[in-house]
Amino acid sequence: MQQIIVSGVGGQGVLFITRLLAETALKLNHSLLISETHGMAQRGGIVISHLKIFSRHSSPGFTSPLIRPQHADILLGLHPESIQAHGFYLTKGGTAYCNSIEETNGAFFIDATTIAVELASPLSANLVLLGYASTGKKLFCAPGHLMDTLVQLGGKNLPISLRAFEAGKKEGELFFGGIAPSKK
Amino acid sequence: MRAGDDAVFEDEEIVLTGRKILLGNEAIACGLLESACTMATSYPGTPASEILGTLVEMKSEIPREVHLEWSINEKVAFEVALANSFTGRRSVTIMKQVGLNVAADPLMSAAYTGVTGGFVVISADDPGPQSSQTEQDSRFMAMLAKIPVLDPSSPLEARKMAKEAFLLSEKYEIPVMLRPTIRVCHGRQDMEVEGFPFPKDQAAFQKNPGRWAATPEFRFMLHGLLNKKLEEISEDMHHRPGMINAELMADHFPQTLTGENEVCIVTSGVVAAHVQEIMADLQLLDKVPLYQVSMPFPLSSAFRDELLGRYDRILVLEETYPVMELQFRNGEKVFGRHTGTVPPSGELLPEILGDILTDFLHLDAPSKRAPSVLPVRRPTLCAGCPHRSAFYAIRKVFPEGIYPGDMGCYTLGLNLGAVDTVLCMGASISQASGFYHAFKSQKTDAPSICAAVGDSTFFHAGIPALINAVVQGARFVLVILDNRTTAITGHQPTPTFGKTLDGMEVSKVSIPDLVRACGVQFVETEDPYALESFMKSLKRAHDHTLGARGGVAVVIAQRPCLMDRLHADSWNRMEIQVTEECTGCHLCVTTFECPAIVPQGEQGPVRIDQALCSGCGVCLDICPHGGFETI
Repeated sequence: MQQIIVSGVGGQGVLFITRLLAETALKLNHSLLISETHGMAQRGGIVISHLKIFSRHSSPGFTSPLIRPQHADILLGLHPESIQAHGFYLTKGGTAYCNSIEETNGAFFIDATTIAVELASPLSANLVLLGYASTGKKLFCAPGHLMDTLVQLGGKNLPISLRAFEAGKKEGELFFGGIAPSKK
Repeated sequence: MRAGDDAVFEDEEIVLTGRKILLGNEAIACGLLESACTMATSYPGTPASEILGTLVEMKSEIPREVHLEWSINEKVAFEVALANSFTGRRSVTIMKQVGLNVAADPLMSAAYTGVTGGFVVISADDPGPQSSQTEQDSRFMAMLAKIPVLDPSSPLEARKMAKEAFLLSEKYEIPVMLRPTIRVCHGRQDMEVEGFPFPKDQAAFQKNPGRWAATPEFRFMLHGLLNKKLEEISEDMHHRPGMINAELMADHFPQTLTGENEVCIVTSGVVAAHVQEIMADLQLLDKVPLYQVSMPFPLSSAFRDELLGRYDRILVLEETYPVMELQFRNGEKVFGRHTGTVPPSGELLPEILGDILTDFLHLDAPSKRAPSVLPVRRPTLCAGCPHRSAFYAIRKVFPEGIYPGDMGCYTLGLNLGAVDTVLCMGASISQASGFYHAFKSQKTDAPSICAAVGDSTFFHAGIPALINAVVQGARFVLVILDNRTTAITGHQPTPTFGKTLDGMEVSKVSIPDLVRACGVQFVETEDPYALESFMKSLKRAHDHTLGARGGVAVVIAQRPCLMDRLHADSWNRMEIQVTEECTGCHLCVTTFECPAIVPQGEQGPVRIDQALCSGCGVCLDICPHGGFETI
């Protein structure tokens, strides 16, 4: 069972990251419930996805599509303001990963935007962050699972998407592997 | 809406077999196809848009005989689908809750005439509200019309209920409402999907003027018949509510919780899903009976009597209005909104429900309410949006004007100070007319009035309002923001498109011709990117409203939405950079609010966010200091 909040600004790819995680969960034979933001808030307002993953065959699973405050295990913040806006969802001992140039409220952070710009693909910052977070050993799945899903979903941007994910993963491996200096 | 968000998947076809993660609206579309529905009509609106949208995307998998249409408005959509039902074919009409207001006229009447082919009205509600002007409860509209309504708690249940709705509709020859809320529509869930049956209903219309064209005398008889149908439906055992936790309760029931008298909880819709999970967490599922009502109206009379006989306190939890609560007709045992136990407005979020439950059951549990968070960012028009330059021009030309606005992306003209009122679809034009008549006797200090309406909204409800304004002698400037699409809901086509969803060529309806046919004498079409000539056109329009033989003047701001893939290369993409002339005055930020122009410090020069910049180049004309240039 895992409850994940994905938060960001409209147009950053919150829905895409949520879908990538969800399809991965499905492949691993989990069941899931999601709540998404559509409509006007997608015009640059702050948007949020709730993703709840649970075993398909054992009860009790989840029934509500929404995560309650202080119940999320993971918070993925695609925007520096995500932690401030949605940090209250995290449970005690939960983990936040944020696209930011500085630390906010104890979240692990990575400057995903700059890395994505260096890859000439500024819209891929979401995948840089996911690649980074996937190495933190807290997500329900391993980095390889997410990359398999990316490949399976395909699309013409696949090479760029994979490069962005791998760039974040590399940073994460250095940091969480204890090679890079601690940022937390 | 999919604007920009799912770029990776743009070429992907939806294939629905095996275990899939479906959006609630996709699951509903799936349920419609599984029911062999032969016609679906809709006007887009959050949170309902993706239902017909999914059917359109699956067009290649659907038999050609199935007719799909984005209708001009909800009233028309309702009537088109209803006639199909009159020929014995299964039909659905799909809209958001405020759209049902527009379709209220045919809804009330269709309840009396009844239907032959199964007829389902999907009205998606928006508790919160998150993307609507009200958080009204469509189930009350079902009650007003006297038709049954089904209230799903999850995407999977919504799919099943779509099928049940057709069966119920055909059994009693009555329109049936399916009422998902936004959390069901925009929830996702994994489920097994099989293939779809082939629709085989042939159209056959049995003439029966006493029913289909009933005069008031016959209407009285039809009303009696409708009442009888409703009574039978409320006694239909198939729709009797069940206890969600019957198995867990079996060992303990009946028992008392903390020594007090018997209590139970009655829920419907997604609230049932929230409450079930909260009760599981609080380990209450073997202690307190929890009922889910799948058909909140008409409430099963046997169910009501049983609960009132068995329990001393009944807590009713439902969104958004007290539909079931009122039907209990008991002010002593029933707790909900009329007792102040449940807040009278707003979405029933799980954290709010948790507090209501612990209070009602006298439990000791820490409140898990969300802290009040300051709104961090407000939505804004996209970088390069042609509406932004149109609104900027309106503010410049009519600095002291009154700006009646309307429903769409361009409601965000609010941020630019160029929208003063937003009421409902098409109201910009009628309200401009009303403002004119209110001020017309004040010859010296009457304000200029400049209304703005989108193209799709103009077709939806603006045309009668425009004719009315003309023939009542109103004088104001109307800007029709023609971006060639219904952008806010995900780029559905407008009547200017010239093709049906089957790809058949049809007439393209011309907005300038239509405006002239409404009796407007001044009509000009301008590109809002060409700021200077657009502003000149607005001034000529204003002069027309002041002239001896003046009236309503219409300026059509024509430029395709940048996010619409049909018009992917509709503009010359310039590369913009900030020059040394930038003084840091931030006029471009405060009056133009382009998200690609980023202020740096209080007085520092601005910076272009190249990831957001569309290269429209309008900022070159905005800056009085020459602070922008093309590379």
